[in-house]
Amino acid sequence: MKRKKRTTTISGETERKSYHADEKGNYGEFGGAYIPEMLYPNTEELRQNYLRIMADPSFQREFDHLLKDYVGRPTPLYFAERLSQKYGTKIYLKREDLCHTGAHKVNNTIGQILMAKKLGKNRIIAETGAGQHGVATATVCALMGIECVVYMGEIDIARQAPNVARMKMLGAKVRPALSGSRTLKDATNEAIRDWINNPVDTHYIIGSVVGPHPYPDMVARFQSVISEEIKWQLKEKEGRENPDYVVACVGGGSNAAGAYFHYLDVPEVGIIAVEAAGKGIDTGESAATSALGKVGIIHGSKTLLMQTQDGQITEPYSISAGLDYPGVGPMHAHLFKSGRGEFISITDDEAMTAGLEVSQLEGIIPAIETSHAFAIFDYKQFKEDDVVVINLSGRGDKDLQTYIDYFKL
Amino acid sequence: MNRINQKLQEDKKLLSIYFTAGYPALNDTVPIIRELEKNGVDMIEIGLPFSDPLADGPTIQASSTAALQNGMRTELLFEQLKDIRKTVSIPLIVMGYFNPMLQYGVEAFCRKCHEIGIDGIIMPDLPLDVYQEQYEAIFTKYGLINVFLITPQTSEERIRQIDGASAGFIYMVSSASVTGSKDGFGNAQTDYFERIARMGLKNPQIVGFGISNAETFQAATETAKGAIIGSAFIKHLTDYGIATIGDFVEKIKS
Ligand SMILES: Cc1ncc(COP(=O)(O)O)c(C=O)c1O
Repeated sequence: MKRKKRTTTISGETERKSYHADEKGNYGEFGGAYIPEMLYPNTEELRQNYLRIMADPSFQREFDHLLKDYVGRPTPLYFAERLSQKYGTKIYLKREDLCHTGAHKVNNTIGQILMAKKLGKNRIIAETGAGQHGVATATVCALMGIECVVYMGEIDIARQAPNVARMKMLGAKVRPALSGSRTLKDATNEAIRDWINNPVDTHYIIGSVVGPHPYPDMVARFQSVISEEIKWQLKEKEGRENPDYVVACVGGGSNAAGAYFHYLDVPEVGIIAVEAAGKGIDTGESAATSALGKVGIIHGSKTLLMQTQDGQITEPYSISAGLDYPGVGPMHAHLFKSGRGEFISITDDEAMTAGLEVSQLEGIIPAIETSHAFAIFDYKQFKEDDVVVINLSGRGDKDLQTYIDYFKL
Repeated sequence: MNRINQKLQEDKKLLSIYFTAGYPALNDTVPIIRELEKNGVDMIEIGLPFSDPLADGPTIQASSTAALQNGMRTELLFEQLKDIRKTVSIPLIVMGYFNPMLQYGVEAFCRKCHEIGIDGIIMPDLPLDVYQEQYEAIFTKYGLINVFLITPQTSEERIRQIDGASAGFIYMVSSASVTGSKDGFGNAQTDYFERIARMGLKNPQIVGFGISNAETFQAATETAKGAIIGSAFIKHLTDYGIATIGDFVEKIKS
């Protein structure tokens, strides 16, 4: 098969000791907390308490219990035999699609709802694009009997109707974000404004490894259960904890952060991040932040983001609403800039084709976000005995209409 | 002496007005500034529009979007302002979000402001610690006063820290809210205003957010040195255009 070239890795500093956040939330030159003073008390309260609360045995017990009995963890690490055969390498799928609510997002919302309770908060706000994080938030709020408001761009509300209905059925209020481009970035702005207006009783459950410190680190830690499980599961199956590669799609980067977490500082494990090229990197309709972004500040974090020369944030595009974000988390900006991660961008068409292929080779219909990760084989040659773990971040039920329209099913 | 410090020494309550550059029309920037000064406004905040103004309510958001659609750009704003000091003598402050400043280059931005005769900068999302570690020397070199915000939730310890880092005034956000969202002040605000007044800070305070008319201006300046009006002024521009700025200012002062 012909291998195309669209990897955007650049080499950079190599002497850095850790790819985790430092105590100020910096990942190399990225991260930090660039927030208006109005948010300082909120993020400061979280920053001072999150590590202590997460280390608290009663917190851990409840988190583990809910992940096991409510979410259905551990999720299987499945050897994808037919896919492996087709691409001449050993491919394992980490089945986050089998989590309750259908994606990895719930690992984070379980963690954050418990955090909110420990902090004495009685109102939850969240942003959502595709609606997956909104559903995962509405779910845990129902579980805990806590009021829930989800901000969603007016345009996304129209194109993700089933998830809007799910959130409503779960008892959440869905508020349209009417400003700017009326998609995920604007929903995030609205959630942040809500938090400014309600600084005392409200916790903001951010849906990815984005936002001001300590969010990227906290969300990464909640999602790190993914790589924690991969380690022992791979040991059982292959006799070793470390795969040769771990592959994940990156919107904001939370499923990827979870899949990489325990491998970040293990240089022999290759890290592959897959971004959405949309209609193509050069078309002006893309969400490939590593290729198109420059250093800047979005939603309180210094990271790579798509912007004009003047620093106005531009609208991304991807067929997948979950990858349709103009930035990436600061961890990923650093993985890219340092050369630790290899970044590949995949177009709508390539992702859709890969999604159909996985459906028919493995009997698993992936979320379109995840389908991007399955499309890397056109760009990346693996050796026969390489062990490649792909994080199957979510299932495709929510995307059925998009698949139907695309393939005229 | 910086014009802001001079103004703060005047024995009166100060009225400061915020507007978004490039709104309602692209070239209204200089006419608006002149009109405001002519009508006795004490200080002006010139808003550099941003695509994602996190701390602003719907009115300022909409004016920012419109200004960007009108074609406002950082360089163009500086171009519009280049001769402003030939005709305008009250303090001028540039207010915006940090990303456009970062992309322009913090030093280049400050140098430009200095050349024009800008007196201060307000960047709500440039945090105190980052400012002190990375940018304070640059601001100082170009004679720019950086203005910090406090809110009812800001701890006493942090207020003292901000007071120590400030060299002009403290921007006192009236309540826990984005711009333009509250009508009138309740007991909570009055208590907060009095609490801050009792702290004996070295910098005077100017209240902003939620000041919309003579009554709220009066209430805010009971203890504070002045007040800033933003959203209400933008609404006025939207409804009546720039020809009636005098009426707006007069009503506030009455
Ligand atoms: C299944 C799935 N994968 C990936 C993502 C992208 O988010 P992140 O990059 O934070 O994992 C989403 C977001 O909605 C999603 O639903």
